[in-house]
Amino acid sequence: MYNFELVKPTTLQDAVAALKDDDAQALGGGQTLLPTMKARLAMSDKFVALSGVAEIRGICTDDDGRICIGGGTTHADVAKGATDYPALASTAARIGDPAVRNRGTIGGSLANNDPSACYPAAALASNATICTPDREIAADAYFQGMFETALEEGEIITEVKFPVPQKAAYEKFIQPASRFPLVAVFVAKFSDGVRVAVTGASSDGVFRWSEAEAALSDNFSAEAILGLSAPSSDGMISDLHGDATYRAHLVKVMTARAVKAAI
Amino acid sequence: MTKVTMTVNGKTRTAEAEGRTLLAEWLREGVRLTGTHIGCDTSQCGACVVHVNGEAVKACSVLAQEIDGAEVTTVEGMANADGSLGVIQQAFQDYHGLQCGFCTPGMVMSTAALLKDNPQPTEAEVRHYLEGNICRCTGYHNIVKAVMAASGQQVAPVAAE
Amino acid sequence: MPKDTGIGASPKRREDVRFLTGKGRYTDDINVAGQAHVVFLRSDVAHGTINGIDTAAAEAMEGVVGVFTAMDFDGVGGIPCGWQITDREGNPMQEPKHPILAEGKVRHVGDPIAAVVAESVSIARDACEAIEVDITSLPAVMDMKKAVQADAPKVHDDLTSNLCYDWGFVEDNRQAVDDAIKSAAHVTTLELVNNRLIANPMEPRVAVGDYARHDDSSTLYTTSQNPHVIRLLMGAFVLGIPEHKLRVVAPDVGGGFGTKIFHYAEEAFCTFAAKQLERPVKWTASRSEAFMSDAHGRDHVTKIELALDADNNFTAVRTETYANMGAYLSTFAPSVPTWLHGTLMAGNYKTPLVYVNVKAVFTNTVPVDAYRGAGRPEATFQLERVVDKAARELGIDPVELRRQNFIREFPYQTPVAVEYDTGDYDATMDKLLEMIDRDGFEARRKESESRGKLRGLGINCYIEACGIAPSKLVGQLGARAGLYESATVRVNATGGLVVMTGSHSHGQGHETSFPQVIADMIGINEDQIEIVHGDTANAPMGMGTYGSRSLAVGGSAMFRATEKIIAKAKKIAAHIMEASDEDIELKDGKFTVAGTDKELAWGDVTLAAYVPHNYPLEDLEPGLEETAFYDPNNFTYPAGAYACEVEVDPETGFVEVLSFAAADDFGNVVNPMIVEGQVHGGLAQGIGQALFENCAYDEDGQLLSASYMDYTMPRAKDLPMFQVDHSCATPCTHNPLGVKGCGEAGAIGSPPSIVNGVLDALASGGHDVGHIDMPLTPAKVWAAMQGTGGTGDGTAHARSVGGPAKNV
Repeated sequence: MYNFELVKPTTLQDAVAALKDDDAQALGGGQTLLPTMKARLAMSDKFVALSGVAEIRGICTDDDGRICIGGGTTHADVAKGATDYPALASTAARIGDPAVRNRGTIGGSLANNDPSACYPAAALASNATICTPDREIAADAYFQGMFETALEEGEIITEVKFPVPQKAAYEKFIQPASRFPLVAVFVAKFSDGVRVAVTGASSDGVFRWSEAEAALSDNFSAEAILGLSAPSSDGMISDLHGDATYRAHLVKVMTARAVKAAI
Repeated sequence: MTKVTMTVNGKTRTAEAEGRTLLAEWLREGVRLTGTHIGCDTSQCGACVVHVNGEAVKACSVLAQEIDGAEVTTVEGMANADGSLGVIQQAFQDYHGLQCGFCTPGMVMSTAALLKDNPQPTEAEVRHYLEGNICRCTGYHNIVKAVMAASGQQVAPVAAE
Repeated sequence: MPKDTGIGASPKRREDVRFLTGKGRYTDDINVAGQAHVVFLRSDVAHGTINGIDTAAAEAMEGVVGVFTAMDFDGVGGIPCGWQITDREGNPMQEPKHPILAEGKVRHVGDPIAAVVAESVSIARDACEAIEVDITSLPAVMDMKKAVQADAPKVHDDLTSNLCYDWGFVEDNRQAVDDAIKSAAHVTTLELVNNRLIANPMEPRVAVGDYARHDDSSTLYTTSQNPHVIRLLMGAFVLGIPEHKLRVVAPDVGGGFGTKIFHYAEEAFCTFAAKQLERPVKWTASRSEAFMSDAHGRDHVTKIELALDADNNFTAVRTETYANMGAYLSTFAPSVPTWLHGTLMAGNYKTPLVYVNVKAVFTNTVPVDAYRGAGRPEATFQLERVVDKAARELGIDPVELRRQNFIREFPYQTPVAVEYDTGDYDATMDKLLEMIDRDGFEARRKESESRGKLRGLGINCYIEACGIAPSKLVGQLGARAGLYESATVRVNATGGLVVMTGSHSHGQGHETSFPQVIADMIGINEDQIEIVHGDTANAPMGMGTYGSRSLAVGGSAMFRATEKIIAKAKKIAAHIMEASDEDIELKDGKFTVAGTDKELAWGDVTLAAYVPHNYPLEDLEPGLEETAFYDPNNFTYPAGAYACEVEVDPETGFVEVLSFAAADDFGNVVNPMIVEGQVHGGLAQGIGQALFENCAYDEDGQLLSASYMDYTMPRAKDLPMFQVDHSCATPCTHNPLGVKGCGEAGAIGSPPSIVNGVLDALASGGHDVGHIDMPLTPAKVWAAMQGTGGTGDGTAHARSVGGPAKNV
């Protein structure tokens, strides 16, 4: 990779200040960014490591009952610590592999918004709020397409607040080489309706499958999904591991399975 | 270049690192501990797994400067104090859990991390846990047996007869 | 009763201690004082004309030691090919030059164009980016069948076409085979693809070149399975360095699987540049670089026809294969689809007539060469698939159809040149059936169905030829080398032995298993015997490790050398004990005189050999060191029967391997633990080929599966525990150990089991899809069940783009 200066702030204030530099870029757990940098596909003169910022690590519950996870919290810590939201903990426990989960962070994953990442599905289906030092962004507004988010340059995720649904589950069909989702679906049933978020399938990144949401809000059962046709394959990813038609089909299968698992 | 100091296998080690120097490079080139191997560039093969402050990480995906001051354990630190093979190492030898030896350091370090969290894993749990460690030689059969044996569980003897 | 030591025992591997403690010495662990690092600028287009290379900016960069292009290799040879095939007309194959750095054209993504040697890898890489290359892209030649058409663009402008050779085997049988197929009661036809693979040893390739001014000698440290072969090829054919001025060291090597047999440009470059620059030059491949520079494997497109008479006896087999050579001929490439493939087309069956046609084709892809099994997996796959298909078409039990056609008399002369010395195919099939509880399968299938899954049972046989190879025979077949093996056994004065073998161990455990043989022969402890390999400076000329040959050929050389040692030691013992040579016996490390109570310890005799005070100096030289070269007089023929049970998720097409059983006949077994480990690893690679692995290019010649993000390596979670058995042993009749070789069997025998099993599962769900090309990814299996693309799209086009285009 190209060389750079590594800055290691220990407070959020220092991190934010360091990121004001136009040439600076945040480095979360580095589990995606470092391989990308090794391939010389990403570079910056300065990287600001967030791993030393204790105040953006940890899990707590707010007054509204939301699970609040610091942006610098590792997948392993979420897997262990998000006990009040088992579907979320289980999602975190299935990202990458154990060594990756010990470094990779929720903030890093959501900031990157890989179209095949797990966390975007959890955040979008849970109607999570993505918090930065200056603002709070609703998940529906946050995800803006493949690798695109509402974050501004230098803006980092300090916390993600997850409302806890009544029922939820994440079903992941892996792409066997990368172990990322080929298609994965997060279903969350709230008192006021059901949200279904799909990752891995669309070249626009994570999306909500509205037909499924409507059907499930009416009747939260796998049968409700089986009555639907698969979503349109337009805009779905076609690659070595599966074409658009197959991915569209898997969306339906994984949604039904997630509903079954949630019940 | 910045001087980076870590406690590696209980000894204080110092070597220079650029911003981009990876922990795996720092270990291999900086302090000449070549037991940690680099088998890929996409953080998948797991040959470079070491423990940083007690947690398994892929040393090819951690910057050396970032963890200045850390406690690091590598495969070189897994033997008993008298130099004999540690429990996990011994199980890998006893159950023929390695062939070419290249993935082995990562396998040993991942196994140590697994057994710390889950002292008596089932076969399925072992296979699941080792998802981030690729071996091309063994077909994993004997690695799984070695891990189970290292956890003190009964496994079938190594050869059929 | 398990033995503790010697042949048949499973002592723990001694090499493991260093590997488990981080003390292994792999090539990348070697750093020579003063070394510089090279990074290669590689082509990012598959096919193009190089109009110019501007290296000025790179050369001006601080820390750059030297920049090289093809111009610097004027007068230097190309990378040679070790095998020359003669085509159907009796003409030699077309053999293009393979330059170290691209000359005038680039011919595959990854073809090295320039090389930068610098103080560090990073500087070299930065400088590579500063090189400006002006390339005019040309249409990529990807589709083998189109490539051999008259108007196809040519990979090599100086050749008459992209056809390397058109080989017929046995050409004299051709008409008879055609006639038999015409008159057959039934003909089963199958078109299929043997998917292109990447060997992926976990250690990427590394080369360190060093040059000594004081004696004008060169040393190359390299990740090789056969250092002597590299010394010969590189010294004699590329760089013009006499072998006595060139040392090649292959230290601990992290797996090979074939791909580290071949002589590569990077090895020659480092050796050459070290001399030019008078500095050691090191190259370490990244995994991404390995994907586009390590020779690939397989990549055949085949049509096979099996003719049967009215009683279901096989009467003829006819095959036509397009075999991808890639852009250049790698070391053994031409032999893989021919002599390692055509000769196995009889399989385990007494088919009287076989004709094999192979068209080897140049394309704009990485060179293709031997990968674990090399030719034999391709032969086994098509034969065992077509037999299974025939059984399904005829409504007969696939095991019974196989049994009915088994060869049962040995030696057996096949219609494809080779003679099987021994075997018992019924025995391994019986053993297999005992292992898998076939009778219980229907109940297990019902249980799967109750969970909404389709369960299938796949069974097949295999035979392979290994113990490579009789030099005289392979010489007639086009080999440009002998395929003997060597060993020097050096007995020290104090009785310990050092065996210097030309075989190379890169995971096979020779350091443990070879001493078991000698320990038995002499009756001493294994820990008195040290195995030295991997360094041309101390081992005699050896051909290395591949083709499951180490024990069968290298072990036999060691056996012969040890026999010489024992014969000489007996003479010394006879002298000391004042007895006749013929009366001396050696057992349990003691020499005795028949009919007396005289005895002499092994150590006393070895000491006498080096302190020859009481010694027959007039008849015998002092010392105790012998060398033997062993040239086998036939191949060995491991064979067996394999089965697996798979479960298909009909909703997703996902295949889970529930069980896998392998009953192998490897002849005698020296170390059962190591043999089983070899089979496990082979099975994983075969299952990997069948279900996961796919080296795929797009139509422009871009490598799609260019990293572990897209090339699926089997992981622990993807595989079951294996059942393996090697108790059905018919010892090889022509080598002194009676061994056959076990390294490749698993990879050869397992792909058809998996595919047969998945098709069986689908058929049970009403989806009789005929064939699906490997790898059987969920997407392909699901598509086959929908009736879209299930039948093998056996076209070169499909292969070139990574499987049936409609599924991708």
